[in-house]
Amino acid sequence: MRFTKEHEWVRDQGDGTAFVGISNYAAEALGDVVYVELPEAGRVVKQGEAFGVVESVKAASDVYAPVDLEIIEGNPDLGNDPEAVNAVPESGAWFVRARIINPSQLEALMDCTAYEEFLGTL
Amino acid sequence: MPEPSLKTTVLHAHHVALGARMVPFAGYDMPVQYEGVVAEHRWTRASAGLFDVSHMGQARLHGEGAVATLEALTALDASRLKAGRQSYALLLNEQGGILDDWMVSRPDANGFFLVVNAACKDQDFRIIQENLRPDTQFEVLSDRALLALQGPEAKAVMAEVCPAATDLYFMDCGRFELLGERVIISRSGYTGEDGFEISIPNAKASELWDRLLAFEAVKPVGLGARDSLRLEAGMPLYGHEMDETCAPFEAGLGFGVAKTRLARGDVRGQARLAAQKAGALERTRVALRVLSGPPAREGARILSEDGTDIGLVTSGVPSPSLGYSIAMGYVPPAFAAMGTGLNIEVRGKSHPAEVTSLPFVAHSYHRKPKVQER
Repeated sequence: MRFTKEHEWVRDQGDGTAFVGISNYAAEALGDVVYVELPEAGRVVKQGEAFGVVESVKAASDVYAPVDLEIIEGNPDLGNDPEAVNAVPESGAWFVRARIINPSQLEALMDCTAYEEFLGTL
Repeated sequence: MPEPSLKTTVLHAHHVALGARMVPFAGYDMPVQYEGVVAEHRWTRASAGLFDVSHMGQARLHGEGAVATLEALTALDASRLKAGRQSYALLLNEQGGILDDWMVSRPDANGFFLVVNAACKDQDFRIIQENLRPDTQFEVLSDRALLALQGPEAKAVMAEVCPAATDLYFMDCGRFELLGERVIISRSGYTGEDGFEISIPNAKASELWDRLLAFEAVKPVGLGARDSLRLEAGMPLYGHEMDETCAPFEAGLGFGVAKTRLARGDVRGQARLAAQKAGALERTRVALRVLSGPPAREGARILSEDGTDIGLVTSGVPSPSLGYSIAMGYVPPAFAAMGTGLNIEVRGKSHPAEVTSLPFVAHSYHRKPKVQER
C-alpha cells in the first residue's frame, strides 16, 4: 500500500489495477462521513486531479488521484453506507477500483513507514 | 498552541486537555469538536451538552437612558421588558438592515444585560457607546465567561448546582448564587432544547466547567454540533441567514420587531420595516429539505423546478436527528410555500429539494404554562 501527502492510499493488485481510498488519518480528521461522490466508469483522471468528494457533517473535501487512473468502478456500497469510510477506511471502504495508467508513478509515493513518519511531522 | 493572533477564552486549557480539535472562530481559538460532531449533537438532544460560549460579547447597560439607548438601536420595546425576562433583539442600521442579533436580559430592575455575537462585538459596543443617551452607563463585561448547558437533563443538573434557577421558565433570567459567586442565569440557548446560559466571572469559570462536567449526564460540545443543533432548531446565524443588507421580516425575524415600536414609528429603517411587514418582500428565508444527493451547503444555488436561478443556500447540514440534509436559504415569496419543489445545485448538478417548515426539529422549551380560561 502506498500513500500520498493528501492522505489517499493506493493498493496495487499486481494485475495492472488498484484500489484507491483515503487513510485512517484522513477519515479521522473528516469526522462523520455522510456522503461520498464517485466518478463514472471509464473516466480518466490525472495524478493530483480530484476524482471524488467526501462529505462529513462539517464540510465537503475533494479526493485526489494518487497516480494517473482509468476508473473501472466506484465502490457501490458507499452510496448507502458512507459511514464505512470512518469504520474501515483502509480496507472495505475503498473509493474506486481503477486501471493504473503509469505504474512508475507508484514508486514515488510513500510506503507505510514513510507515511507514518510523514504523519508524525503534521 | 493557537496562532498568536488568536484570542482564547478562559477555558481554553480545558478544551485542549479534553482533546478538542481547535479552530479559529471570530478571532478566537475555539473547540469545534471533542469526540465528534454527530455524537455531541445526539448527546445534547438526549442528555445535556456543555458549551463554552465565552467568546460572545457580554455587556451591561443601566441608568435612566438605558431604555432609550436600546430603543434607538434595536426594534425592541425595552420599556416592556420586565425584570426577570429576556428578549431577542436586532441591532439595526439606519436602513433597517441587521447589524447583529442580541439576547437582551433584565436580570433585575436595575438595568439590562446583553449577549452579542463574537464576530460583531467590537462594532456593537462601539455603536452603543456612540449612541448612549444621557444618564446611561455602559460597561463591557470582558471579565466574564459564558457557559451554556443544553438538553433534557440540563434541569436535573442545574437542580444540583443552583436549585433556584430551575424555577425559571423559557426566556426568564435572574441573578443567582452559584459556587459562592454572583452569576446571571437565563433559561434559553441555541439548540432548541431546554437549557440554561450562565454568565460567571472568569475567575470561577474553570470550577463551574469542571463541576458541570462531573455529572454523568453532561459532556462537552463544540461549535460543530452547536451549528447543527441550531440549524435543526431553525435558528438563524448572523453572517449566514442575515447581514446588514437584510431586514428582519425577510429573514423571518418579525418577532424581533416590537409591534408597539412599529406603531410608534420610531424604529431604525421604519419605512422599510413597515413595508416589509405589509408584505413587500423580494425574498424570504425558507427551510429546505434535501430529497436526494449531497448535502446543500452555504453558497449553493437554489433553482426553481424549471431551472431558473432563484436564490442561495445560507446554511445547510446533514441533520443528525433526521437522517437527511436540511438547509436554510432565500427565495422569492412565490417559491416559499410549504411543499414547493425546488432544486439545489451542488458541484454543477441539480438535486431535488422541497420547502418545509421551521423548526426542522421541534423545540423542547420549558415554557410557562398558559393560564387556563375558566
